[in-house]
Amino acid sequence: MSKKSFRQAINEALRQEMRRDPTVILMGEDVAGGRGGSAGTADAWGGVLGVTKGLYEEFGETRVLDTPITEASYIGAAAGAAVTGLRPVAELMFVDFVGCCLDQIMNQAAKFRYMFGGKARTPLVIRAMYGAGFNAAAQHSQALYPLFTHIPGLKVVIPSSPYEAKGLLISAIRDDDPVIFLENKVMYDVEEEVPDEPYAIPFGEANLTREGDDVTIVAFGRMVGMANEAADRLAKKGIGCTVIDPRTTSPLDGETILECVADTGRLVIVDESSPRCNMATDIAALVAEEAFDTLRAPIRRVVPPHTPVPFATVLETLYMPSVEKIEAAVTATMNHRVTEKV
Amino acid sequence: MQIARETLLRSYRAMRTIRMFEERLHVEFATGEIPGFVHLYCGEEASAVGVCANLTDNDTIASTHRGHGHCIAKGVEVAGMMAEIYGRSTGVCRGKGGSMHIADLACGMLGANGIVGGGPPLICGAALSHKTLRDGGVAVAFYGDGASNEGTTLESLNLASVWQLPAVFVVEDNGYGEATGASFACAGTQKARAAGFGMPYIECDGSDYFAVHEAAGEAIAHARAGKGPVMLHVHLQRWYGHFEGDAMTYRAPNEVAEARRDHDCLRLFRERVTQAGLFEDSVLDEVDAAVTDEIEAAVLQAKDDPLPQSADLLADVYVRY
Ligand SMILES: Cc1ncc(C[n+]2csc(CCOP(=O)(O)OP(=O)(O)O)c2C)c(N)n1
Ligand SMILES: [Mg+2]
Repeated sequence: MSKKSFRQAINEALRQEMRRDPTVILMGEDVAGGRGGSAGTADAWGGVLGVTKGLYEEFGETRVLDTPITEASYIGAAAGAAVTGLRPVAELMFVDFVGCCLDQIMNQAAKFRYMFGGKARTPLVIRAMYGAGFNAAAQHSQALYPLFTHIPGLKVVIPSSPYEAKGLLISAIRDDDPVIFLENKVMYDVEEEVPDEPYAIPFGEANLTREGDDVTIVAFGRMVGMANEAADRLAKKGIGCTVIDPRTTSPLDGETILECVADTGRLVIVDESSPRCNMATDIAALVAEEAFDTLRAPIRRVVPPHTPVPFATVLETLYMPSVEKIEAAVTATMNHRVTEKV
Repeated sequence: MQIARETLLRSYRAMRTIRMFEERLHVEFATGEIPGFVHLYCGEEASAVGVCANLTDNDTIASTHRGHGHCIAKGVEVAGMMAEIYGRSTGVCRGKGGSMHIADLACGMLGANGIVGGGPPLICGAALSHKTLRDGGVAVAFYGDGASNEGTTLESLNLASVWQLPAVFVVEDNGYGEATGASFACAGTQKARAAGFGMPYIECDGSDYFAVHEAAGEAIAHARAGKGPVMLHVHLQRWYGHFEGDAMTYRAPNEVAEARRDHDCLRLFRERVTQAGLFEDSVLDEVDAAVTDEIEAAVLQAKDDPLPQSADLLADVYVRY
């Protein structure tokens, strides 16, 4: 056990799985970096934000493959390799770039197993960065997990901390289905205690990061930390919150959400993706359908507005969910009074 | 070909403006005051300016993540660009786009682009508009050696040929896509790619304004005459990192120094025009001084300009709600 950053935790998961299984390979733009450069170095970058640094050195060019800037072909190649015996981990860099290769994910990798009558296995992992908060503007800041969650055949993972990232990535690599693994780009330097040995966190099992009696908060990825902070502040005011980190949006641990809502009768969902057809609407529908009678207040969603992500800091800050916005939503559900129908 | 004195002076000023704009951003970025990603165009000025000197506001260009040079060359206001990069409401995109999304449709600038290979398909569309509307315009896609490998780019070369569009594809080949060399990432040659899609190919030294101007002039005239698309391959050097903050460990230690020494388009331009007796050094010095003032004023203004208002967040998602 030692303190590791989100970046190091992901790097360690990749390294340990590559040591364990020789069919695990990495590919992506500058996952090593430096090929064809005048300095003759390899591993110049180790990914744009240094997440795969050092893997080229250990595993060499047959297992760490730099690609040209051709998302459609290398993401498709990863899918093709996955269905024929390798276990590729392909890095898409910014998840926004999925626009360039969605067919290979949506119509190819996601469909193989069902469409081929259960005969295919596609152990593919696609890693990508998501989220606003970097002034990276409209084409480098999206949180597109609802898009992937919408597609049957894909599994979608959103780790909320370094510990979660390592265990979930190991599960993703060992999984026989295509997995989209989404890393919030603002979190790479977040640190916490992470075991040195490999461990797997199963998909579809939510984690309760806070427990309280009054309000259930469901949050994803970076939003979990914000929800925890809001819960801690609210606890001082005498409001108890349960915070649920579903870990994966597909499969989704609906059972845990329903159980917690049954206990608290109040639900706030924190989701940094665009608000229409996102995880907040999905979970709200689930709870409205399955747990209507347990609700003591309307479900509240803390989500951005239905706009692209703006560049300027003032606008981006307004755009994003925040601890204050979560607190306000929780307070609003607590203040709700049921009016008896006559 | 004779280039009018006026054009030459305007081009020199544009190149100097790009150089100073970028060098100033390099300094300002290091102070932490500029948000987001910034990709500098220093060293590549003659490409944007040599091409755009053959265009008017009626023509369209699409740019890349490394877009400041194309914007300035196409006539986007420097003050508005600087304000945009600082995220001010006075910016050309009202602070909503930033460095990677500067666009000004009024002067035919279809936008810098955060998506590599995003521009070439758009340029097919712009060229189709020019052709259909018979407005005599030409559409030019600037894209890097790295972007030349994107499916969108290759499909666009084909489409432009099939539709015989008035389009020019300018491959700005600075030898790198991020930290990866073009010698590793680009199979075959750009020349063979152009031939493969049945279009003429011209190449030139991108540090020589006159060479770019001439090659681009030929390519643009061809497209404008309705003879279909052309590929223009410009050989360039990038003087800074891929983005600000890149330590460039993948480049030989002397590579940038040599590029600055041997391929400085501004120095080469000055030598040529003064030796030919076209301009006195003092005329060019005056331009340099004027540009220095302009950039200084733009930075001071940008820092002082108002931030966007909260209502701006919700504005302009749609034309009508
Ligand atoms: C679709 C897509 N893939 C990857 C990136 C990340 N990226 C930004 S710039 C760049 C390199 C582009 O190289 P090149 O086209 O040669 O342009 P240069 O930076 O050399 O001007 C990459 C890979 C991106 N922005 N968009
Ligand atoms: Mg390049």
